[in-house]
Amino acid sequence: MPETGKSTALHTVPPIALRRRITDHVMTGVAVLTVILVLVPLFAIFAYLVYRGVGSINWAFLTQTPRPVGEAGGGMANAIVGSVFILALASVLGVPLGVGAGIYLAEYGRNRFGDAIRFTADVLNGVPSIVIGIVAYSIVVLYQKHFSALAGGVALAIMMIPTITRTTEEMLLLVPQALREAAYGLGIPRWRTTLSITLRTATSGVLTGIMLAFARVAGETAPLLFTAFGNQFWNLRADQPTAALPLQIFNYAISPYDEWHRQAWAGALVLIILIVTAVAAVRYAVRRGTFGAA
Amino acid sequence: MLLCGLSVLAMLVLIVYELVLRSGPSWHAFGFRFFAGRDWDPVNEQFGALPFVYGTLVSSLLALIIAVPLSVGVAVFTTEMCPKALRGPLSFFVELLAAIPSVVYGLWAIFVLVPLLSGYIQPFLAKTLGWTGLFVGPPYGISMLAAGIILAIMIIPIISSITREVLMVVPQHQREAALALGATRWEMIRVGVLRNARAGIMGGIILGLGRALGETMAVTMVIGNRPEIAKSLFAPGYTMASVLANEFSEATGNLNLAALVEIGLALFLVTIVVNALARLLVWTVTRGQPSRANA
Repeated sequence: MPETGKSTALHTVPPIALRRRITDHVMTGVAVLTVILVLVPLFAIFAYLVYRGVGSINWAFLTQTPRPVGEAGGGMANAIVGSVFILALASVLGVPLGVGAGIYLAEYGRNRFGDAIRFTADVLNGVPSIVIGIVAYSIVVLYQKHFSALAGGVALAIMMIPTITRTTEEMLLLVPQALREAAYGLGIPRWRTTLSITLRTATSGVLTGIMLAFARVAGETAPLLFTAFGNQFWNLRADQPTAALPLQIFNYAISPYDEWHRQAWAGALVLIILIVTAVAAVRYAVRRGTFGAA
Repeated sequence: MLLCGLSVLAMLVLIVYELVLRSGPSWHAFGFRFFAGRDWDPVNEQFGALPFVYGTLVSSLLALIIAVPLSVGVAVFTTEMCPKALRGPLSFFVELLAAIPSVVYGLWAIFVLVPLLSGYIQPFLAKTLGWTGLFVGPPYGISMLAAGIILAIMIIPIISSITREVLMVVPQHQREAALALGATRWEMIRVGVLRNARAGIMGGIILGLGRALGETMAVTMVIGNRPEIAKSLFAPGYTMASVLANEFSEATGNLNLAALVEIGLALFLVTIVVNALARLLVWTVTRGQPSRANA
């Protein structure tokens, strides 16, 4: 506790010692400095990304498949489509399970068992993505005997589920109890109430959660390394190796060729634009309070 | 719905089961020696994971040393000091850092951070702090130091957003009481706010550590990927996650694969413990129960 105070008469304000006042200013300065230090890399990354990326994106990049080393041109069209394909697979697998688990937690999980699931979901959220990749490898790739888009989708789905579960739960809990009671009062069974009243009311919030999970896994590379594996050509079959944007960026970034570096930057810019658009859309939706007031 | 809920538990069980099952051969062949051995030799089927464990620990600790003061500073600034109008955009920008994919961090690190390190920062550190032995050797840029810095940038958003949350639940009257006693603003923050939020900030830091331990791509791209233990931070290293990224899809033979899965298992167990610990700390604070740590 500061040593001032007790003995001071009410009408005299104690002079704050110079040393304390200087400390105050110094610490404020330090805090401002930390903010600057944190924001510098952010702007540096974005500025450099835009600078290198914009110069490299062209029509060919967006519409062609990779060319062999030494040939100019070519692009990442197959990787962009591949990413979308893998993400679609992941969403088909992950969204229903995640939303379902969220509903369970919010509507039926106010007990010990629910707490256990809640805790598990939180812990799963922190499992390194590369470990998830190993698991997807052993449950899909080892049985199929080769890398596949499906394995990539499974890996990303496992990563999406905990996030979706927790946000869905939070959003459902925001729905006023009175709405549920009104539905019960009309004789509507509980499952019907949950699906048609509660979930319906919280739709935009739940969608927000799904989008966040989507944005989180969209840039994941590690779990795809030995599941989707990558591919230089078009592929739209779930049981074949598939190119993905983050994988392609990684492979090009660590290659020794300038042309590939250029394309890696272009790919990174495309990826960031996709993700930032999603995140910004989410924030916009949340700020509009599309359902918060309910 | 219960089924979906169960699926979350099932996923955890599945992860543990698969990892334990597939790492069996390596466990039988090496036992505990696995984590003490320094040789990683797929040709002669000799596997020791010590250099990877070392690399993971050192790069993560380095990241924490850099990231903790910065993130706490940012959190303090946004909750206690900055004008209201700045608060929203500032936290938005810091959270944007979290939205950048790991591989893009790696890309930036290769082409911007590494040249910067080898050209300016490493020579400077070698001249001023070379006597510590931590900053010696050729300044190639690609190094443990580069991995630590990029990791720090990546975990700052996590630590600072959790710290901010924790600071915001510190009751307003704590601040008012400190100010009423004549404290300056910094004294108010130190005594009234930070001291009350200790447990929660610790939770945020541990959560950041969990992320740093498992981070793969950006680290793989700048750490140099050499399984050696060197004292100097300028030397290349290797982490558990990056050896998985580099070697898993080209593992030769059962034992090699099992050894890699065992590294994955170890990584998994460590992050589970770290995350569980962090969650408990953050929960006790933000759930409104006064944490016992408050004096």
